[in-house]
Amino acid sequence: MARPQLDKKERIKIPRQPMPAQDPKERIKNFDEVALGFTPELAVAEADRCLECKQPKCIDGCPVSIDIPAFVAAIQQEDFERALAIIKKDNTLPAICGRVCPQEDQCEKVCVTGKKGTPVAVGRLERFVADWELERGEVRMPERAPSTGFRVAIIGSGPAGLACAADLAIRGHAVTIFEALHKPGGVLVYGIPEFRLPKRIVQTEIGNLERLGVEVRCNFVAGKTASLAELLEEHGYDAAFIGTGAGLPYFMGIPGENYIGVYSANEFLTRVNLMKAFAFPDFDTPINPGERVAVVGSGNVAMDCLRTALRLGAKQVICLYRRTRAESPARLEELEHAEEEGIDFRWLNSPVEIYGDDKGYVTGVRVIKMELGEPDDSGRRRPVPIKGSEYDIELDTVVMGIGQGPNPLLTHSTEGLKLNKWGNIVVDEATMRTSIPGVFAGGDIVTGAATVILAMGAGKKASAGIDQYLREEAKVPRSARP
Amino acid sequence: MAELLKVEEIAPQFKRYLVHAPLVARKHRAGQFVIVLLHEHGERIPLTIADADPTAGTITLVVQEVGKTTMEMGTMKEGDSIEVVGPLGKPTHIETWGTCVCIGGGAGIAPMLPIARALKVADNHVVSILGGRTKDLIIMRPEMEGASHEVIYTTDDGSFGAKGLVTHALQDLMASRGKPDIVFAIGPAIMMKAVADMTRPLEIPTIVSLNTIMIDGTGMCGGCRVAVGDESKFVCVDGPEFDAHQVDFDLMMKRQRTYLNQEAVARERFLQELHECRAVPAPGEVE
Ligand SMILES: Cc1cc2nc3c(=O)[nH]c(=O)nc-3n(C[C@H](O)[C@H](O)[C@H](O)COP(=O)(O)OP(=O)(O)OC[C@H]3O[C@@H](n4cnc5c(N)ncnc54)[C@H](O)[C@@H]3O)c2cc1C
Ligand SMILES: Cc1cc2nc3c(=O)[nH]c(=O)nc-3n(C[C@H](O)[C@H](O)[C@H](O)COP(=O)(O)OP(=O)(O)OC[C@H]3O[C@@H](n4cnc5c(N)ncnc54)[C@H](O)[C@@H]3O)c2cc1C
Ligand code: SF4
Ligand code: SF4
Ligand code: FES
Repeated sequence: MARPQLDKKERIKIPRQPMPAQDPKERIKNFDEVALGFTPELAVAEADRCLECKQPKCIDGCPVSIDIPAFVAAIQQEDFERALAIIKKDNTLPAICGRVCPQEDQCEKVCVTGKKGTPVAVGRLERFVADWELERGEVRMPERAPSTGFRVAIIGSGPAGLACAADLAIRGHAVTIFEALHKPGGVLVYGIPEFRLPKRIVQTEIGNLERLGVEVRCNFVAGKTASLAELLEEHGYDAAFIGTGAGLPYFMGIPGENYIGVYSANEFLTRVNLMKAFAFPDFDTPINPGERVAVVGSGNVAMDCLRTALRLGAKQVICLYRRTRAESPARLEELEHAEEEGIDFRWLNSPVEIYGDDKGYVTGVRVIKMELGEPDDSGRRRPVPIKGSEYDIELDTVVMGIGQGPNPLLTHSTEGLKLNKWGNIVVDEATMRTSIPGVFAGGDIVTGAATVILAMGAGKKASAGIDQYLREEAKVPRSARP
Repeated sequence: MAELLKVEEIAPQFKRYLVHAPLVARKHRAGQFVIVLLHEHGERIPLTIADADPTAGTITLVVQEVGKTTMEMGTMKEGDSIEVVGPLGKPTHIETWGTCVCIGGGAGIAPMLPIARALKVADNHVVSILGGRTKDLIIMRPEMEGASHEVIYTTDDGSFGAKGLVTHALQDLMASRGKPDIVFAIGPAIMMKAVADMTRPLEIPTIVSLNTIMIDGTGMCGGCRVAVGDESKFVCVDGPEFDAHQVDFDLMMKRQRTYLNQEAVARERFLQELHECRAVPAPGEVE
């Protein structure tokens, strides 16, 4: 039964619905999800706020151009199944993107209701319908085209690889994902913590892929276990997609970075998320951040480290960032959650040296204060150190969350693969082709560290490029050639 | 998953595993290692590939039981499966140098085997110096004798070969025969440091294989980093072999001790569970 339609004035009056969340005092003691998700009532009330614009700006704000007004209208009508079908046309991983997209910079940034008030909570609505399906336990599987006989190797099981694999399988190709770690999911599994993205959601998505016939091979390092050329020529793949991400951790190059207790964000998060060090000794991998932890940086990665340190029992957790809150690249929701949880944010502060004792353990850090000067290449005002403003902080652990570069393991062992000066793979933007025929790439390995939705979108785009390559250029599967 | 085809005890607290890992066996070169994970709750640990048979699709791992994971691996049986990824790390750079001295201490003898073999195949004269606390702990003697032209043994207690350390044997060797063209040393960090300190003033090129704490083994976490010269290097991808004269061994030894307390907790807990589940009194326990 259709619900009564509200008029524009009534819609504008509805306030943005609050997201139910765990109490900050409780949640810092557990790793359970912080944002609990909309109830159906909250979702419908939020959906009612959408004006169903004739020229919906929100669609332009979404990197994969989801038909937002259409899926929100379906929620208004309480037809969650249809809402999900609309989203899934463009987004393979809605339960994940609804949780981790930087919506305030994308779809919600340009939503017209945001001009005067607050935008429609598009991300939360997207999450709601995806969760609704997961809870119901019946996932509607897409139809698979008849088998084409072509085989495609996907290297890396992050969002780029997963999205590419799904679309290729639907197009009837035989797909194998090769993953270096022992669990698939990429950053979704080893990086983003459970309290932001429960791992069962990622596992469900991978289970669905397997139901589509995709083979997932873990413990396979392309470039080591087999080279790309061997995968194609000896293992008989007709095409390959490289989605190996931006996994190389950066350090600052300041003195003292090799003391015990200095971690890259990747190591800190991998120990906790992938290896479950928070449950040591029930799990064998240890971690011991101590009572006082500083994290350098203020992106999503740094937020995850700060909030993880708190949950591991640290008493004082400090964020050192050389710019101000306004320049912080983290999702707004994570920043707010971190503030609620009691993180000590020190804006305009940057470490210059790490101190340790004679056993090699970190004892503290020397920090210099900064001020903002002229804008730099990125358009942001450049932080300039204030002479003589140095001070020391006593610490047990320092985590470097200042960024990651492309891991050279595969790219440098692959002859003929064109890279840019930062080591990212160069592709043709329309098809995601690399300089090697039959080899495509997408996600962070192409763009540098970016977002889940961009990686997913790149994987989808590449799947179309690969499909076209197979049909128009390869024409006959290797296995069927004489 | 990789099946354990054979598990043998080759010395007290030393086991040799024949593992079905065809892709690793096919690509393996001397100096490379795998990362092993025993089960869902396990820790990822690096182990050198001591031998590989590409035709049979097998690799050999030789493991010293020093803590929870290596001891638990020691309780596994033929037919059990583990997760294995590799081959990781850069292969040993092999050339025809002339006379090569291969120094192996303790568990470091196992990773030395493929290197000594490759050096011999490349027409070098290979002199191996193998050391251990006592006779039983000098593992893989027949294999190392096959891979070397000469083998010199040392034990701390004098129960086999010369009494003393591998560095003493190296010194004696150089006193009687002059400087070798290159030295390879694999063993406890303190041993590798002592060798480096001896060969540095003599300017004898010396290669060591470092055993830092690792997780992924693919250059993703940086946990395995060491200072080599003025640079920070990731042992899993830039190594594991480095110019011994450039390595900051003191820092490396400190970093190896990062989790000493947690490792002791895990080991005690494991041993207790092992005794409970066997339901027999541990040696020395009174019923
Ligand atoms: C801690 C953290 C928090 C983040 N938070 C957010 C967020 O809130 N919102 C957001 O939009 N984005 C976030 N990001 C960024 C986002 O996760 C990435 O942009 C995205 O995951 C990139 O996807 P990808 O598929 O390109 O690569 P990845 O997710 O990095 O996956 C690459 C995979 O390839 C594997 N691999 C690498 N080399 C090889 C090889 N040689 N052989 C086989 N496998 C290989 C890796 O092990 C990995 O599993 C975050 C990133 C991190 C690290
Ligand atoms: C490249 C490389 C090759 C190796 N090859 C061999 C081999 O062929 N045979 C062999 O017996 N041993 C080898 N080792 C050492 C082996 O990895 C450690 O003995 C093992 O990890 C100890 O785990 P544990 O839980 O049994 O002991 P623990 O009690 O956890 O640790 C004992 C000591 O081992 C080291 N260690 C602990 N965890 C790790 C880890 N995740 N990674 C690396 N070192 C760790 C620490 O220095 C620690 O103090 C190698 C190490 C490296 C880095
Ligand atoms: S811009 Fe905002 S109000 Fe307009 S259709 Fe999109 S979500 Fe609805
Ligand atoms: S995928 Fe991200 S940007 Fe697109 S609609 Fe969903 S939350 Fe917004
Ligand atoms: S083990 Fe993680 S980078 Fe070497």
